Amino acid sequence: MENLIALLIGAPLLGAAVLLLGGRRLDKSGHWLGTLLAAVSFVIGLVLFADMLGKSADDRALHQTLYTWIPVEGFQADMAFQLDQLSMTFVLLITGVGTLIHVYSIGYMEHDERRRRFFGYLNLFVAAMLLLVLADNYLLLYFGWEGVGLASYLLIGFWQHKPSAATAAKKAFIVNRVGDMGLSIAIMIMFTTFGTFTFGPVLAATGEASEGKLTAIGLMLLLAACGKSAQVPLQSWLGDAMEGPTPVSALIHAATMVTAGVYLIVRSADIFNAAPDAQLVVTVVGAVTLLFGAIVGCAKDDIKKALAGSTMSQIGYMILAAGLGPIGYVFAIMHLVTHGFFKAGLFLGAGSVMHGMNDEVDMRRYGGLRKYMPVTFITFGLGYLAIIGFPGLSGFFSKDKIIEAAFAKGGTEGWILGTVTLIGAAITAYYMTRVMLMTFFGEKRWQDDENGRPPHPHESPRSMVIPMVLLAVGSVAAGALFEFSGFVEWLEPVTGFAHGHSPISAAAVTTATIAVMVLGVGLAYVQYGRRPVPVVAPRGSLLTRAARRDLLQDDFNHAVFVTGGTHLTRSLVYVDHSLVDGVVNGTAAAVGGLSGRLRKLQNGYARTYAVSMFGGTAVLIAATLLMRAV
Amino acid sequence: MNPVNYLYLAALLFTIGAVGVLIRRNAIVVFMCVELMLNACNLAFVTFSRMHGNLDGQVIAFFTMVVAAAEVVVGLAIIVSVFRARHSASVDDASLMKL
Repeated sequence: MENLIALLIGAPLLGAAVLLLGGRRLDKSGHWLGTLLAAVSFVIGLVLFADMLGKSADDRALHQTLYTWIPVEGFQADMAFQLDQLSMTFVLLITGVGTLIHVYSIGYMEHDERRRRFFGYLNLFVAAMLLLVLADNYLLLYFGWEGVGLASYLLIGFWQHKPSAATAAKKAFIVNRVGDMGLSIAIMIMFTTFGTFTFGPVLAATGEASEGKLTAIGLMLLLAACGKSAQVPLQSWLGDAMEGPTPVSALIHAATMVTAGVYLIVRSADIFNAAPDAQLVVTVVGAVTLLFGAIVGCAKDDIKKALAGSTMSQIGYMILAAGLGPIGYVFAIMHLVTHGFFKAGLFLGAGSVMHGMNDEVDMRRYGGLRKYMPVTFITFGLGYLAIIGFPGLSGFFSKDKIIEAAFAKGGTEGWILGTVTLIGAAITAYYMTRVMLMTFFGEKRWQDDENGRPPHPHESPRSMVIPMVLLAVGSVAAGALFEFSGFVEWLEPVTGFAHGHSPISAAAVTTATIAVMVLGVGLAYVQYGRRPVPVVAPRGSLLTRAARRDLLQDDFNHAVFVTGGTHLTRSLVYVDHSLVDGVVNGTAAAVGGLSGRLRKLQNGYARTYAVSMFGGTAVLIAATLLMRAV
Repeated sequence: MNPVNYLYLAALLFTIGAVGVLIRRNAIVVFMCVELMLNACNLAFVTFSRMHGNLDGQVIAFFTMVVAAAEVVVGLAIIVSVFRARHSASVDDASLMKL
């Protein structure tokens, strides 16, 4: 069974290689090949999952060592994989949702002449993401991490003829680079502290390291997670990443890649457990981001950007849960999986709407679409009910658990975190209801596109509808399935689990969650359901205007990092020109001047040379005699 | 006669030769001054040979004469060819090697 792990990664990798190197002769069939290989990977994942279920809970981890990657004395890195319950969960999510999105892309990208390349990149992404979650050491994880970053760059900038897409791709890549630096520093500290970076030995040895070092490693890992998972302060790339084709937004920026940060933190659970300060920072980052993303999501009129704000916010929930320690890890992963279903479904629904509306993304120009796209409406609606935590749907179970765990953190922190998560739930209900009402309800506010064609909303082709339906089923059922099938017991051997002691009862938390949800929905209904939605956005309050500009995150980055960096560079250039170049050029000028003077001694007159010879000889003789006399 | 006087004579001749080499411009005269210096050395060698009572100095003097003869051949040849080319035997005119 172990030998199948490499095949899991190998199938999509083969797809990427064939599709990207195969050339134009694969233009007609390439998308089928890419989808097939993603599906093969999913089937292998299912086989391994069935096998794993058949074993006892402590005996489920599989290891496979392919070869020694870096064979250096005292620094050995293996190309080795580890498949345990945590990795298995991710494998099924990545390959399952990934395959559905491959199928969806067949229809969505039908008229794009570079479709073969698109599927090559998608396969590359799946392979890199699988490498990330299957690696058995941090260095190999880093390899997958960078591979995911590369695939993300290629896919965001897929329509590179649009300057905005090219810029967004660069922005995502550069912001991610900051986080990657954190990961590489964490690995370096890890290696100097533990002498290895394989998960098993490192996590087993956390007891021996000093808390300061563990805190440093934890904070660096958090920085990495912030970059990849679009958490404050490295969140600015996610909104712009919506320039990529919609399936990319669904696969990478909602369901899988942005969850890599959560995976990293949960995987390093032992390090964070031993570093409470780092854990506290993790919860703070999660809490800030979940409010930040939610507020941004409320103000955006671009349907994909509203969903991107929502993604940021939901991942904030996961990071917050991961920062709570053993009481939260399992629920972070549970929310991650349910979020993978409903957010992918929501994005695919948004893509389907755009497909029918001449690629219009402004929700103020939608309205009344439920009659024209019934399937999209129902699947999107189910995803919507799941994300706001409608009782019985998947988001209800996972988000409720996180809110409960936040209260169970205990003390003032617990109250603050619990309140923040409740406020977040209310805002989530508000902005998602807003998206729903503006898109599918109300009067038609359709506008002709720039070529003067009026939109003809229609249901999307079957290849796009089927994945949406399947994801909607997942959005509905996943939560209850996890709740009643023992997801906690399934993950416990890997992440550990502790029951929190909440100051308020679980029933009270659930009631409060439902109450704030109803509040959010009601508020949005009053604002967007009862009154007509203006086609041109009103000026809005100061907060709305700030939220439309992503709460000034780009302005902040520009003022601090771009302007600050420019000034720093200019002063460094000045120092370089005046000081460093001054020394070098000064030396050269001094030597040049001296040699110019010395050159005059060489006047070409034999008699001058004769004099210097005589003089020299005389001096030598005088010196010899003098030495003898002394 | 005190052999030291020969040494004084040798020193005098050497000095005259050296000064001639340094201050005269005519290549032939410079050349003759060089010969004068060589012969001053020969005189010193022979004198020392006599003073120390062995023949080493005299042998060296013969060597010097042979070398000087060879040098005269080469040197005069150079001077003659320089004169032919430049119509001047002044050493200051032959200053082409300077930068």
